Amino acid sequence: MTDKLKVATTSLAGCFGCHMSLLDIDERMLELAQHIEFDRSPITDIEHCGPCDIGLIEGGVCNSENVHVLREFRKNCKVLVAVGACAINGGLPAMRNHIPLEDCLNEAYIDGLGVENAQIPSDPELPLLLDNVHPIHEIVKVDYYMPGCPPSGDVFWSFLTAIIAGQEPSLPYELVHFD
Amino acid sequence: MSQTITIDGQEIPYEEGQTIMDAAIAANIYIPHLCHNPEYEPHGSCKLCTVKVNGRNCSACTFPAMQGQDIINHSDDLEHDRKRITQMLFVEGNHFCPACEKTGNCQLQGIAYYLDMHDNHFPHFFANREMDASHPDILIDHNRCIFCNLCVRASQEKDHKNVFAISGRGINKCLIINSKSGKLKDSELDINDCAAHICPTGAILIKRTGYQVPIGQRTYDQHKIDEISLAKEHKHHD
Ligand code: SF4
Ligand code: SF4
Ligand code: FES
Repeated sequence: MTDKLKVATTSLAGCFGCHMSLLDIDERMLELAQHIEFDRSPITDIEHCGPCDIGLIEGGVCNSENVHVLREFRKNCKVLVAVGACAINGGLPAMRNHIPLEDCLNEAYIDGLGVENAQIPSDPELPLLLDNVHPIHEIVKVDYYMPGCPPSGDVFWSFLTAIIAGQEPSLPYELVHFD
Repeated sequence: MSQTITIDGQEIPYEEGQTIMDAAIAANIYIPHLCHNPEYEPHGSCKLCTVKVNGRNCSACTFPAMQGQDIINHSDDLEHDRKRITQMLFVEGNHFCPACEKTGNCQLQGIAYYLDMHDNHFPHFFANREMDASHPDILIDHNRCIFCNLCVRASQEKDHKNVFAISGRGINKCLIINSKSGKLKDSELDINDCAAHICPTGAILIKRTGYQVPIGQRTYDQHKIDEISLAKEHKHHD
């Protein structure tokens, strides 16, 4: 089937809760599978994004790797969607923004309760942390937003079925939530 | 009919001395507002109540009703401006609704839902704001203050105390507390004061009352803010 819409998904500085919520559409997933196929996504383990119709981004941007992944998605996806509070406004990870990065690292790896063999991870393979966690619209152009922490399965369903039907996605009042 | 104004084509009466907002509420018409509460003197700071009066933008909560005014309350342009104003309020503070006890009961959030706002549009300030948990019964989280001035007015007009003031301008604007230490615990604020309960957002919260109503069953989870606002304020006008 070549007329299926290609969808890529990723979690940047998120908790995978939004991906869980996508799975929450339950048996509607079977119907969805007739219209879409997944490209790069934790669901497929494909490592890089090819040309896609829809890119779903969970999570904000907290490190250098997040920036690269986000740009890869923007380059390849016709429609890019910020999914959930963290992609939209940084979310709970952004609550670290008023704490100096050094203090965060010290608390997590040096002074924190129960830390053994205290050291701040410095392997060159590790992506560098940014001083602030950013919403994704501060880095790339975003076409649509799905609010919620996480957005409910019904939000995913409403959004994806609209796109599949070639309609402009919109949310009824009951589905607009910031919590 | 005595003296009348027209809002979105509907002719409504007004009394001498009423603002456009007063006349609208009395006629059961909702004009979006945040810094206005009919129990207090109008403040005119949030600009959410902007309407077009004979072609010019005016704040409905402060502008006097006058014979023959032709007023537009709902238009795509006005709703767009109101959404942008609300988005500015969100990025100016730090509003992480999933971590806020006021979520679902918050008027700022209620307005955002009403305006079908899905994102914050602007870059975030991530301003460094403090929390004051020093008072035994009341907590202030400055991250969520929108400077609506309602706590200031409530403390002055109803509690006759003068606990709050807004100081500074622009990015340095800050809600300050009238006590030697600047801390809430050393102020005259009491849990029974109007000022402790007036905040439209989660900036002033009463301790030990959190999460009594589960998220999902709260005010704006169930009803739009226009309904809630008119049910409360229209009644108050009668
Ligand atoms: S005050 Fe309102 S808008 Fe701000 S975080 Fe709390 S619920 Fe959200
Ligand atoms: S603390 Fe609440 S009531 Fe007081 S100015 Fe801020 S938002 Fe308004
Ligand atoms: S409600 Fe009129 S300016 Fe705030």
